[in-house]
Amino acid sequence: MSTTLTPILTKTWGEDRSWTLESYERTQQGYQGLRAALGRERDDLVQALKDSGLRGRGGAGFPTGMKWGFLPPDDGKPRYLVVNADESEPGTCKDIPLMMANPQVLIEGVAITSFAIRCNHAFIYLRGEVAHVYRRLLRAVEEAYAAGHLGKNIHGSGFDLDVTVHAGAGAYICGEETALLDSLEGRRGQPRLKPPFPAVAGLYSRPTVVNNVESIASVPGIALHGADWFGSMGTEKSKGFGIFSLSGHVKRPGQYEAPMGITLRELIDMAGGMRDPEKALKFWTPGGSSTPIFTAEHLDVPLDFDSVASAGSMLGTRALQIFDETVSVVRAVSRWTDFYMHESCGKCTPCREGTWWLSQILHRIEAGQGLQEDIDKLLDICDNILGRAFCALGDGATSPITSAIQYFREEFEAGMHTPAAELFPPAASTLFGSKESVSA
Amino acid sequence: MAQFGEQTASGHLHVSPESKAPYDADVLAQLRADAETIIARYPVPRSALLPMLHLVQSVDGYITGRGIAVCAEMLDLTLAEVSAVATFYTQYKRHPNGEYTVGVCTNTLCAIMGGDEIWQSVSEHLGIGHDETTADGKITLERIECNAACDYAPVVMTNWEFFDNQTPESTVQLVDDLRAGKDVTPTRGPNKVCTFKQTSRLLAGFNDGLADEGVSAGPASTEGTRLARAKGWVAPGDDAPQANEEVHP
Repeated sequence: MSTTLTPILTKTWGEDRSWTLESYERTQQGYQGLRAALGRERDDLVQALKDSGLRGRGGAGFPTGMKWGFLPPDDGKPRYLVVNADESEPGTCKDIPLMMANPQVLIEGVAITSFAIRCNHAFIYLRGEVAHVYRRLLRAVEEAYAAGHLGKNIHGSGFDLDVTVHAGAGAYICGEETALLDSLEGRRGQPRLKPPFPAVAGLYSRPTVVNNVESIASVPGIALHGADWFGSMGTEKSKGFGIFSLSGHVKRPGQYEAPMGITLRELIDMAGGMRDPEKALKFWTPGGSSTPIFTAEHLDVPLDFDSVASAGSMLGTRALQIFDETVSVVRAVSRWTDFYMHESCGKCTPCREGTWWLSQILHRIEAGQGLQEDIDKLLDICDNILGRAFCALGDGATSPITSAIQYFREEFEAGMHTPAAELFPPAASTLFGSKESVSA
Repeated sequence: MAQFGEQTASGHLHVSPESKAPYDADVLAQLRADAETIIARYPVPRSALLPMLHLVQSVDGYITGRGIAVCAEMLDLTLAEVSAVATFYTQYKRHPNGEYTVGVCTNTLCAIMGGDEIWQSVSEHLGIGHDETTADGKITLERIECNAACDYAPVVMTNWEFFDNQTPESTVQLVDDLRAGKDVTPTRGPNKVCTFKQTSRLLAGFNDGLADEGVSAGPASTEGTRLARAKGWVAPGDDAPQANEEVHP
């Protein structure tokens, strides 16, 4: 194995009171990055982020420094940083443990970023369904204020910053950055037409940077150790490190922080192999349910933005959901489609109507009652959603379907006569039921 | 008075006559004072609406007609504008909620790892379905979507605290304990689960002081960190630790 793990953001997870300011300052050079940043020119900081090559860790992979650079020149009026902490993409589970175990690294990243982009009021939009993470963030902000890392005239720099942690109320669509902004403005979370992009007209129609939690949490390290340090990890076009989240049928699911470009083969090996070595890997998602599925033939694809894209999927949020041969791909895709149907905001017709049709068709295929023309119909509906929906949610809804038909068409054809549960008894896939099903 | 389980098929808010009954004067005064605190956090008042709706639930246990009226009046919005927001988000309950919302993740990964079996067991055990409440008003059962804890699948949430690596038996035990009034401790969360109203007040942005309770991280969250320590793997610039720790004793 050539690649090794690089614990940076995850380094202190699990240690006693790792979430406190005292622990952060003692064990991770906490707020040294902020002190260094406050002594620098703002434009140099933006340039350093560009030089680092950090690409957004929330799924799309847009270069973070470039996003900062899109803000128009300062006109003396407010501009905002909004942290997207609405982690909801199925399979994605990195930001939530990050904010639970190490919220201070995020707050320091918020302070440095706000200074760099001339923002005096930053927001963290956290999904509402994680009460204890909200407590940890509220407490982290309180501690940072008390220590002078937030508030008025931070460390004598003349820079003022307020941070508000805001809880959402349950809506996947609010992870889409413009829907998030509408939600933060107290509206239904529905995406906005772009352009104008948030950099020009975002929160309250003012210039706004929206970045993912892990992106902003990566900023203190870059401010402290430099762009070259960050770029010494990862690949040419996907620099740095990232948290890779393994779930499903591996022996030790969990969070593995590694350089970009690590492969699933290496990660599964680190995770102790497949849960049952006798049961082969069948399919997996590289970056959540909205990224086209991969199979065992993709085990050696480097998990960086470009290599995954070349292989026909997207790196997304590095949410590696692993399914072994006990799992019906039809059942998996049918359930994901239910999710998109449930979460479609209803703003645009292709997604609002299309996801309902897809769900109905997949349910009958799963039940073994599919009609002859159903596979073509699924592909036709996907074709009418992809690229025609208002935002990426609609596109994402089609990814699992089209990719699953590409790799496992015969399973969909079997759905014309045999229920998925008969072909793949669900008990064999569960964490607790597999032993019974073997003896049964 | 409480109409547990009552809901409308239309998906619109069910605003019963009771839910429009005026607040007692002291309750209203506190509600308004808390709402003013929320509004003061934002440059534009309307941003306070989502937390204010959580606040309404912390008082009424669901989104009431009178709660909507207070939000509308304080933010200078119409009742329709507030209702439109209240019906968009799944955490806002349209009818009286139980003391504990128990949500079983049945999104793909959790469902396949056993979430479907958990759902079936607990639903049969309680005799209620999705978004329905037991007659004693204790438990509202929900099928929930991915809650960002896939490495702990199958996951159950209780009032939005994590219960990791659940089984049908552990979840049935959980709801039995909740109904019996026993204290219940999440896997990753405070020492005991708060009530629905208490959690709603937290989500309105009022810190309940419990942040220092509970673990830093669960075992799955630290798999990579522990493996790296055992192997002596470090990030560039870090001193190598002594590679002597047992990863999986």
